[in-house]
Amino acid sequence: MAKEEAEELILLDFWASMYGMRVRIALAEKGIPYEYREEDLRNKTQLLLSMNPVYKRIPVLIHNGKPICESSIIVEYIDQVWNHKSPLFPPSGDAYARARARFWADFIDNKLYQTGRKLYTTKGEEHEASRNEFIECLKLLQGELGDKPYFGGESFGYLDVSLIPFYSWFQAYETYGSIDFEHECPELIAWAKRCIREKESVSNTLPDLPKVFAFVQHLRKRFGIDE
Amino acid sequence: MTNEVTLHSFLGSPFSCRVKIALNLKGIKYEVIEENLSEKGPELLKYNPVYKKIPVLVHDGNPVSESLVIVEYVNDAWGQVPLLPQDAYGKAQVRFWAKFVDDKCIPALLKVVRSHGEEQAVAEAHEQLQFLENELKGNKFFGGDNINLVDIAASYISFWLGAAEEAVGIKVLNKDKFPKLTEWCDNYINCQAVKDCLPTRDATIGIYKMRFGKT
Repeated sequence: MAKEEAEELILLDFWASMYGMRVRIALAEKGIPYEYREEDLRNKTQLLLSMNPVYKRIPVLIHNGKPICESSIIVEYIDQVWNHKSPLFPPSGDAYARARARFWADFIDNKLYQTGRKLYTTKGEEHEASRNEFIECLKLLQGELGDKPYFGGESFGYLDVSLIPFYSWFQAYETYGSIDFEHECPELIAWAKRCIREKESVSNTLPDLPKVFAFVQHLRKRFGIDE
Repeated sequence: MTNEVTLHSFLGSPFSCRVKIALNLKGIKYEVIEENLSEKGPELLKYNPVYKKIPVLVHDGNPVSESLVIVEYVNDAWGQVPLLPQDAYGKAQVRFWAKFVDDKCIPALLKVVRSHGEEQAVAEAHEQLQFLENELKGNKFFGGDNINLVDIAASYISFWLGAAEEAVGIKVLNKDKFPKLTEWCDNYINCQAVKDCLPTRDATIGIYKMRFGKT
């Protein structure tokens, strides 16, 4: 491969997707230039459908024509390929730290997203149950953070990348979930604000909370959920 | 580091077996602690407070939970017989397919078993199985000549699915529709590392008859 061969990086994404934000943050951490392409999720491009035939969803990173799908897998890929700067994953010599990071990222994927979604799409008993579950999930994550500045310890790491995008949805979660996050998980809020304050990759990537809130309002109208 | 390895397990659970297979392939000695799932032991609750489930691997006092996380841990901690390729793209592909088996394939298959072969459930399961059939690409295993993370993730399909099919009297992994996958099942369960941890077929069918059988 010629040294001067240009790396072609295309990210198929959607502005409000927490999963897409993970990839954008990882790329920004590494200082890698790429082409961002916004997908209309109700009218997906042929490129997206052909690059991710299994799930037909964003984000998809296309590196020199080859697709990588699923945000956690993409972030690990980026970390391995561009390992010269800002390592996100614990070092390969620390298998246990890597397992912990994978475990909690998997927890976020399995629990946080679905429960969070129920906060703005359900009512009554189901809503109450999801509210309690969501708060419990955040408290567990807060426990994992402990008194470290970041989940990655002294430096921003893989788990920080995995979780911080959810913060952009917090105004929506708070309103529709009737949750006071500052009261329920103050250390986690402090961590989120620290990420925004200290990491340009985060502050440049996360959309404004009111903008995401407006999007969720629009989604609820579309789903026919009463205000 | 004493290299003490303990696996909290439950009988013939396919998820516990994923871990056993990985440990067997790498030639790692380990102790199995059988958990009583209706009365979970204090150690299990201590080591997996989040999910309170098996399997849990404890390596020199450090607990790891979630079967695929454990298998990746085993691969990281012991370098012999790698379960993933070295290159980043190869790794991403293997991780993708292992996650696909977990997130889409197995749930779709369980839906077929629970519904006793309902038409829509079967159609959906066939769609997922077709992806796997294609991904074998004429190889003996998903890892080519050797077992990799995808093969291990798909362990359920090689043995437990057949037992479930017999227990409820259905067929979803049809040989004519999925010849490569059928052959993969035979190759996979005949590997010593896999054979050594499989439960007996009759016992498994018995358990599934109770769990999924027609009432």
